[in-house]
Amino acid sequence: MNEKRILEMRGIDKTFPGVRALQGVDFFLNEGEIHALMGENGAGKSTLIKVLTGVYTKDGGTISLQGTGEVQIHSPQDAQNLGISTVYQEITLCPNLTVAENMYIGRGKGQITNWKQMNTDAEKLLRSLDIPAKATQQLASCSIAVQQMVAIARAVDMECKVLILDEPTSSLDEQEVEKLFGLMRDLKSRGVGIIFVTHFLDQVYEVCDKITVLRDGQLVGEYEIKDLPRVQLVAKMLGKEMDDLSDIKGEGGGYQGKDSGEDVFEAKDLQSDAGIKPFDFHIKKGEVNGFTGLLGSGRSECVRAIFGADRVLKGSVKMHGKPVKIAKPIDAMKCGIAYLPEDRKVDGIVGDLSVRENIILALQVLTGFFKPFSRAKANAFADEYIKKLNIKTASADTPIKSLSGGNQQKVILARWLLMHPDYLILDEPTRGIDVGTKVDIQKLVLELASEGMSVTFISSETDEMLRTCSRLVVMRDRKVVGELSGDDLTQNKIMSTIAGGESKA
Amino acid sequence: MSAKKKIKTGGIWKKIVGNQMFIPVLAILILVIVNLIKDPSFFVVTMGLNNDGFPVLSGSLISILDNGSELAILAIGMTLVTAASGGQDISVGATIAVAGSAMLRVLCGDNPRPTATQAPVILAFLVACLVGMLCGAFNGALVSAFKIQPMVATLILFTAGRSIAAWINNNELPIVPDPKFAWFAGCIPGIPIPTSVFIAAACIVAIMLVLKFTNLGLYTQAVGINENSSRLNGINPTFIKFLSFVILGLCVAVAALIKVSRISTINYSVIAKDIEMDAILAVALGGNALSGGKFNMWASILGAYIIQFLTTTLYRFKVDSEARPAYKAVVVILLVVSSAPVVRNYFSQLTKRFTSAKKEVA
Amino acid sequence: MKKKVLAMLLASAMVLGLAACGEGGAASTDTASAPAQTEASGDLIKVGIINNDPNESGYRTANDKDLKAMFNEANGYDAKFAYSMKNDEQISAAQGFITDGVDYLLLSAADTAGWDSVLQDAQKNGVKVILFDRTIDADPSLYEASIVSDMAKEGQTAVDWLAGQGLSEYNVIHIQGHMGSAAQQGRSGALDAKVAAEANWNIVAQQTADWNAENAQQIVQSVIDAKTPFNVIYAENDDMAKGAVAALDAAGISHGVGKDVIVMGFDCNKWALEELLKQNWNYDGQCNPFQASYISDIIKTLESGGSVSEKTIIMDEKGFDASTITQADVDNYGI
Repeated sequence: MNEKRILEMRGIDKTFPGVRALQGVDFFLNEGEIHALMGENGAGKSTLIKVLTGVYTKDGGTISLQGTGEVQIHSPQDAQNLGISTVYQEITLCPNLTVAENMYIGRGKGQITNWKQMNTDAEKLLRSLDIPAKATQQLASCSIAVQQMVAIARAVDMECKVLILDEPTSSLDEQEVEKLFGLMRDLKSRGVGIIFVTHFLDQVYEVCDKITVLRDGQLVGEYEIKDLPRVQLVAKMLGKEMDDLSDIKGEGGGYQGKDSGEDVFEAKDLQSDAGIKPFDFHIKKGEVNGFTGLLGSGRSECVRAIFGADRVLKGSVKMHGKPVKIAKPIDAMKCGIAYLPEDRKVDGIVGDLSVRENIILALQVLTGFFKPFSRAKANAFADEYIKKLNIKTASADTPIKSLSGGNQQKVILARWLLMHPDYLILDEPTRGIDVGTKVDIQKLVLELASEGMSVTFISSETDEMLRTCSRLVVMRDRKVVGELSGDDLTQNKIMSTIAGGESKA
Repeated sequence: MSAKKKIKTGGIWKKIVGNQMFIPVLAILILVIVNLIKDPSFFVVTMGLNNDGFPVLSGSLISILDNGSELAILAIGMTLVTAASGGQDISVGATIAVAGSAMLRVLCGDNPRPTATQAPVILAFLVACLVGMLCGAFNGALVSAFKIQPMVATLILFTAGRSIAAWINNNELPIVPDPKFAWFAGCIPGIPIPTSVFIAAACIVAIMLVLKFTNLGLYTQAVGINENSSRLNGINPTFIKFLSFVILGLCVAVAALIKVSRISTINYSVIAKDIEMDAILAVALGGNALSGGKFNMWASILGAYIIQFLTTTLYRFKVDSEARPAYKAVVVILLVVSSAPVVRNYFSQLTKRFTSAKKEVA
Repeated sequence: MKKKVLAMLLASAMVLGLAACGEGGAASTDTASAPAQTEASGDLIKVGIINNDPNESGYRTANDKDLKAMFNEANGYDAKFAYSMKNDEQISAAQGFITDGVDYLLLSAADTAGWDSVLQDAQKNGVKVILFDRTIDADPSLYEASIVSDMAKEGQTAVDWLAGQGLSEYNVIHIQGHMGSAAQQGRSGALDAKVAAEANWNIVAQQTADWNAENAQQIVQSVIDAKTPFNVIYAENDDMAKGAVAALDAAGISHGVGKDVIVMGFDCNKWALEELLKQNWNYDGQCNPFQASYISDIIKTLESGGSVSEKTIIMDEKGFDASTITQADVDNYGI
């Protein structure tokens, strides 16, 4: 074993009913290295991480650690004892305890006896890692980024040699990401090996030293970051020479929607109980527009108000020029509006139900309680969209929860497309899914628009918005602050609109 | 696409073991075999005459079908409540007392010992249905609109139900004077099979038709699995949960009809005692998650008859009174544990290993 | 500041109060002096009655009715009732009555144990205790009298009656009440002893039906299904006998006077006695719920300065035979 090498995984196999998730995968990690683990959804990243942390038991292969040689990891506790710590995308700490308590509870050896000592220790560690939190502060009062950092601090203090960061940045804003990277670099200089799982290519190139790429449960290769340009990385992840991406980029100003024509949907003075200011909004037939703004600026709340997902307090809406009342989601559906929600797990999928049932759900509800589809019809619907959207699933009977994130998203998309809506709202349809699916979805949106569907598209990635939308509604502090279209659709213009008065001054 | 290589190891066997009906069917088979070994006459069904001189079938199997009726009917409603709300209704025994008491009140009027029934049975039954559904609606409203945990919400009627039942008849114990009333549990002259069996069968057919020709099943499961998502797909989760409790209330009324008919009177404190636990058990024995979500109606109904099969077997073997609950507990533990997802996964892995080992040898 | 002081005072008072309760509650109840309160209610004798839930059974319903008919203002009593089938609730109700300053505490305890301290309390406060229906495990000096049924005697009377039927062989289906209850133990004991003693007495099946008619029906059904011959049904209450008879009827087995199967029940429900009158059943043993007159007699003796000669008073209880029962019996003894 190489002296500097702290982790060696060789020939890892893992099979789930119906799927070989990992086949003979190798993975090596050196001391003081930030190593990106890349791959599309379903490539086996999560499975590999879970094998390493003892959540899953591997079917074959070996795991060796610096100093200890080959080890068997049967539980997350085993992994922790061996110095392997994980920080997940979702915070797994207790929000109602203090920062210090969160850092020291359930640490196996010994009990917390001296609270004062605990608080000073925690404070010291927080200072040394430059984490802006007080030891005695309640965790819930910290921002998500700080919570994530506390989780890292907890891991670091457990004398971890291997730190796994599983999509830690997906709910952070830019500044917070920078802070997190600072912390990662600090840890790297202390000799910690970091495995970094993310979907953001920029971030990989900003902070990582090496990249290991997985595809379809197999190892594609391990690369030095400087030897692998982005395009190549994407190509390796997708397993094909990708020019789709450049295709879309090539269109430049994005899809130029039909400026003429009637408004499909129109809202005046609309307000919901989710804390947004009343806003006006309209969309034409065949138009793709979007809401943009920082996280928490009220983008999602606006579309939820349109769909009746939150309680509507006031305002009037028209569909095809006729006044309608939308109080509940079913009202919106009856008007031909479809809504793909932001949080796939919480609001989108019905986990234990099959892919088929998930696909037909919305149309079935719209058709009526007393008119269930025949089995044959349901199968036909499901098969049609599994093929159309290229959904990777063992069969239509497979529970949706066993699909990868991107494929789950495609199923939800299929559900709404099956409804053949006049107006489709997509809230963060590309979050947490792989590049290939992202591109697929963007292309699909433009295709639908060209067929006459109106689409509202929300994404945290401005690039994506610029590529797809012909008009952007800009939001700040839960208020609509501007509308951009035509030549105004540039990164800079969006930034300055979001920044508003402050930047001008 | 290449990742989705299907692994075909012991395909049929796995399909059988993996089916939700596997454990309940296996349980029935084991009970049948044990009885066959101990006393094959368990399965003898004979035709005889009852005391009114009409032909009736008798035998342990008939007893199981007869006495399991109420439980099977309750299991239908309990399955829906469990699936939609992720909790259980523990008040069904008490609400049987309430519905039964209401039925007797209508049949007997103010006089607990009338010489003739004061109202037609159908009217009494409809009133009982109304009362049962009102009880269900009360529970359902607490659970769906006020978001109270089902067990806590139904604790109210569980505690108060039997007193309400007694209050309806001013603490009197009315006796139905018309011997025809006993037909609902016993046999209608000329038909050798107990009516309760037909009532249960009708309920089963009814729910299967409802599940086939409406979206009740899909909606209930969707709400039980993900309430948020169901709402965003146009379902009204509050109503679906409420509806499940009302349907259970209707099941309670039908079960009350049979229970009261068995003895043509009522005893508020002991009628349908502990039946709620058996009904919940039936759902669990069917391999349905008590935390809600997906359900299999047939499995629950089969679960109900397994419980009755077990009870009848224990009576038949004359198991000591004190030891009976212990026997039942052991069997229940075995069944519930073996249908738990963790254990099932373990066994499916075991079979997989076994079959792959066999292949290597070959 | 004032508020704080007040809170402190309140808190310390509560702590003291708790401590007092810990010592048997004597200190805390002393303050509410009994005589002062009785004067307020005039000449009426204050009684606190703690009973089981009247819905428990027909027996209890009759018992409660009987008590209510006796203990009212017309008869010179100021009566308060408390119902519970749980011991701890009954004990706190008793404490409440003592604090209220009742003259007599009438008690049908849910459970036999746990009554010592509250009864000592009663004694200290001059409250006289009379037990009815059920005895308790406490020193007899703590109560004036106990009016009970002798369940063992009820069982013995029934078994003696059955023995008197002179069958060549007794094959008995024994349907027991809730296991461990006084009625079950008493009524089972006599039969068990007889079966052990006599060669021609057999138990065909012995199962508990928990006082429940439908369970009893299933038990008898299973015996019939197994084709085991039997000629006696000994059910420990009327409900269970009724369930058993339903099973017999369904199977075409005759029962009653001069028929194939002898049916025996207990409690003397009116409808059960009517079955006797119709010769469908053979025997019904009484469990006398009418204790009110006994209690009233004792209270009158005590009030006039007399003393009770016997602490434990066992009520007269009959056994009715279908061949001798009359409509008058049904009217007088049916509950």
